[in-house]
Amino acid sequence: MSKALIEHHFRATSLTFDEVAVGDELPPLEIPLSRTLIISTAIASRDYQDVHHDPVLADERGSKDIFMNILSTNGLVGRFVTDWTGPGGMLTDVNIRLGAPNYPDDTMLMTGSVTAKDENVGSDGRGAVEVSVRGANGLGDHVTGTVRVLLPSGGAK
Amino acid sequence: MSEAATLDEQLEAFVGQSSGPATKGRYPVNAPMIHHWVEAMGDHNPVYEDDEAARAAGFPSIIAPPTMLQAWVMRGLRTSAHAEAARERGEAAATTANDQVMSLLDQAGYTSVVATNCDQHYERPLVPGDELEVTSIIDSVSGEKKTGLGIGRFLTNRLEFRDQQGDVVATMLFRILKFKPGTGASRPAPEPEAAPRPLRPRPALTQDNSFFFEGAKQGKLLIQRCTACGALRHPPRPACASCRSFEWDTVESSGKGTIFSFVVNHYPQVPAFDYPLVVALIELEEGTRLIANVGGITPETVEIGMAVEARFEDFDPELSLPVFYPATA
Repeated sequence: MSKALIEHHFRATSLTFDEVAVGDELPPLEIPLSRTLIISTAIASRDYQDVHHDPVLADERGSKDIFMNILSTNGLVGRFVTDWTGPGGMLTDVNIRLGAPNYPDDTMLMTGSVTAKDENVGSDGRGAVEVSVRGANGLGDHVTGTVRVLLPSGGAK
Repeated sequence: MSEAATLDEQLEAFVGQSSGPATKGRYPVNAPMIHHWVEAMGDHNPVYEDDEAARAAGFPSIIAPPTMLQAWVMRGLRTSAHAEAARERGEAAATTANDQVMSLLDQAGYTSVVATNCDQHYERPLVPGDELEVTSIIDSVSGEKKTGLGIGRFLTNRLEFRDQQGDVVATMLFRILKFKPGTGASRPAPEPEAAPRPLRPRPALTQDNSFFFEGAKQGKLLIQRCTACGALRHPPRPACASCRSFEWDTVESSGKGTIFSFVVNHYPQVPAFDYPLVVALIELEEGTRLIANVGGITPETVEIGMAVEARFEDFDPELSLPVFYPATA
């Protein structure tokens, strides 16, 4: 996926609470798993475990190659949801469970849908929706999870 | 088996304890680290980089990506390297409870680590200048589990993040798997020639029981006998339970008996043994019972009451033991 396409995934105007319905699907996001991505995200999260940057030590520790750290998966799950909500989305809960590792030279396809919506907008003018998220790579599900995000109501863009 | 129980007990003692002292973030929440993060993640949300866009979206200023929470309190390269080196030297005593648990797991062979679950709840977005402090409690350590990555144990920590006012800004449940490298489904076990098979555990020899193992080396199944009253006894011990005499000698058993009870051990697996492993309580025709492995039969066909007879197997130059096979006659 080109850089232009990655940028295009982000929604520039805020999605509003009223625009969302249970069952809505999020625009899928394809993440090419380069070594650069795996290493730069590990270092950006200050995670210096060797299995996230050193293939030889990763192999000694029982992994076929370096693999993405959980903080980065968490970051990509958050990004996947806020790419959909635009700038007004405020994450309150990110619960993830990891499965197949994200090894280099694979691709993770992230998909998601709205599973629940609060009945009312809160006093801060925001309403909560719950999104279920899945990120699958060539080996299977890398991550499954649930994200709760607050969206501005229609009048408070 | 008692070794595993001891490890369970050791690990259980840490549950509910503070994982270590409160950790302050190395740096306050700051724009350069946020920039580094969003660039690595390919995130183009302007609320992380542009004050005006952030305010337009209803935030007081730029915010940190909420999922970046843990990055603010990571130990960083120098401290991680020191802790790692201390663990590898087995010097965990002066470090945190979490390091001690990690060290116990390392010593038990669970040397690899992978994070499996992370549940985060954010009370408010973090903004530059926020100073975080995190406290952590060891929530649970699981028993041994067979996973796709390998045989391991799950360690769960519960963390609370507070700001400079002491207010809770986020909570997190974090679970890792510590596992034995090379024991997973995805990788074949090391070739036997590459790693010689480990020996069976050594018996703890005493002046009362060494006759049994010496006898086994000569192909004899010996039973302890009280020379005062003639009662037979097993397992070996110093005194007769019938007459309290300390005087004893041994008699050789015929090696014939029946299966009084048995279990089939599938797991946890110790490399020196073949699985499934039939472990039986054998009642000898002389009347004493002993625990031994059963061979020459599939686990499905072992039955209580089955007639068996002893053969002797030399597992290594130091260890010979009786193994019971279905009786031939």
